[in-house]
Amino acid sequence: MNIKATLFASAITLMPIAVVASDLTIGFSQIGSESGWRAAETTVTKQEAEARGITLKFADAQQKQENQISALRSFIAQGVDAILIAPVVATGWDEVLEEAQDSDIPVVLLDRTVDAPEELYLTAVTSDLVHEGSVAGQWLVDEMAGADCRIVELQGTTGSSPAIDRKTGFENAISDHSNLEIVRSQTGDFTRSQGKVVMESFLKAEGGENICALYAHNDDMAVGAIQAIKEAGLNPGKDIKIVAIDAVPDAHLAIANGEMNATIELTPNMAGPALDALDAYINSGTMPPKWIQTESKLFTAADDNQAIYEMKKGLGY
Amino acid sequence: MIRSTHLPLIATLFTFLLAYALCAWQFPAMLSTRVVANLLTDNAFLGIVAVGMTFVILSGGIDLSVGSVIAFTGVFLAVVLRDTSIPPMMAFALVLFITSAFGAAMGATIHYLEMPPFIVTLAGMFLARGAAYVMSTDSIPITHEFYDVLQSLYWKSAGGGRFRIIGGIMILTFIVAAIIAHRTKFGQNVYALGGGATTARLMGVPVASTTIKIYAISGGLAGLSGIVFSLYTSAGYSLATVGVELDAIAAVVIGGTLLTGGYGFIAGTFFGILIMGLIQTYIVFDGTLSSWWTKIVIGGLLFAFILLQKGLTWASTKRKKAVIGLDTQS
Repeated sequence: MNIKATLFASAITLMPIAVVASDLTIGFSQIGSESGWRAAETTVTKQEAEARGITLKFADAQQKQENQISALRSFIAQGVDAILIAPVVATGWDEVLEEAQDSDIPVVLLDRTVDAPEELYLTAVTSDLVHEGSVAGQWLVDEMAGADCRIVELQGTTGSSPAIDRKTGFENAISDHSNLEIVRSQTGDFTRSQGKVVMESFLKAEGGENICALYAHNDDMAVGAIQAIKEAGLNPGKDIKIVAIDAVPDAHLAIANGEMNATIELTPNMAGPALDALDAYINSGTMPPKWIQTESKLFTAADDNQAIYEMKKGLGY
Repeated sequence: MIRSTHLPLIATLFTFLLAYALCAWQFPAMLSTRVVANLLTDNAFLGIVAVGMTFVILSGGIDLSVGSVIAFTGVFLAVVLRDTSIPPMMAFALVLFITSAFGAAMGATIHYLEMPPFIVTLAGMFLARGAAYVMSTDSIPITHEFYDVLQSLYWKSAGGGRFRIIGGIMILTFIVAAIIAHRTKFGQNVYALGGGATTARLMGVPVASTTIKIYAISGGLAGLSGIVFSLYTSAGYSLATVGVELDAIAAVVIGGTLLTGGYGFIAGTFFGILIMGLIQTYIVFDGTLSSWWTKIVIGGLLFAFILLQKGLTWASTKRKKAVIGLDTQS
């Protein structure tokens, strides 16, 4: 009898719940913590929300889209003011984004985009991978100032969009400079160990003295390559100039130690611009552009890399 | 009087109501129709596959292939609908046939080669996942109009909850399965098989055909679950639903079905699913807990239910012994 009474009681309370919120509550559906960068993104997002006095509801999807969809639905049911999502795959978001729109909850995509119609989300905050590559290329153009340079390239995972776009950007930047030439280009799979192995083969094939610069699609491969260069009896950063992308703490440390020359930051702070856009949208109705590009900042020996290393170390990279 | 055999089911129901009451007490929004609708929609694919798993576990077996079969179904549908002009309903029928046949083949292997279900379905798991990878490693979007139609079918209740068609399919599956398990000859055979294959054979249960049918049902329901999952995500992805077989087994056990077979209820599995969904919802509502707490709580619950089952088995054997003891004395 009691069970029946409880069921009845819960049935009559199944009514629309008005959400009384004094300040903003934002749901954040993160993919997981598969890489150091993503862990840093999570940390920075929490910090950015806290700095603005926003209550952040965090849901880790453990790499599963079904977890992410159900987290979004729970956020909507809870009546959050806005949703941030780093989508694990591009497909299959239409339905749940429509539900969010029906409830007037703006959704901002972080770091990756989706295959859904543009009007279903407020904006997407991502970096421009091609631009990152061209910043790296431009740095080398300026650094060499017309001197001849034979470049070796460590590519990311074959076929992945960061590998394709970072290669394109770099090639675009150096295409007008005949003194710069990519002599070898091979995949190092974005990993430290492969970066080292492939760099060893470059050094054997070309001879260390014939390589003037290394461009790696991410810092991890560059750090592996630094090891290979040292083992070959050369000075990384001096005999062979090294430029890579991501600006992870270890890259800053390598620059501080003079073993690397430049890195371009893929900022983990996607939430900052996203929260600013949301704030403007919610408080004054300003529509942000559909794409907010994050800054691809160049770090060289001119920056205080030791201090940046200490600061970034704590972010969970 | 409550029969002791009903105790795990009652424990499940009680756990669910208590958990829901606690959630609602902390977050009143948990009582909204949205949360109820979400519980049904988000757990539809898991619920359907858990029904098949209930049959398998009732018979004393296990089916580790279902998660891979769901992924296979999704990729198969996505590829067929993209590359051929086969209408979706035909594709559904085709994939249900393939997955049922796949299950039946595993059932036949288990019975005729007298292999442990664990090993046979482990092989099935690799086969199905491999087949999905071979078809495509990318996530393929499904853009057929028929999918749009099915996805737009929902009943929006007061409070904004959307009861979607896939939640309905899950409930229907549970009802049909409950009737089959508790009201048909086949259902009786499943329970008898769970009590021990030899005993069942002596009782005149057609062990071969029952075993094959059980795994065919599990395979077919994994196929149905795959269809539902493809409606849920509008895509087929070979990396999807990794480990779902374990979630399904957990739901069945939390639902009060004995892992050794022979005892349990389809309805229990339904509440097992809802409990798992509820934990996940609570963690998102809270927003500060790590989502891995879902696993920890489910692990704890599983452990509690296994202890409960063990306790009940122990209590009932002790009682039987006492009865036998009395008999010899008199």
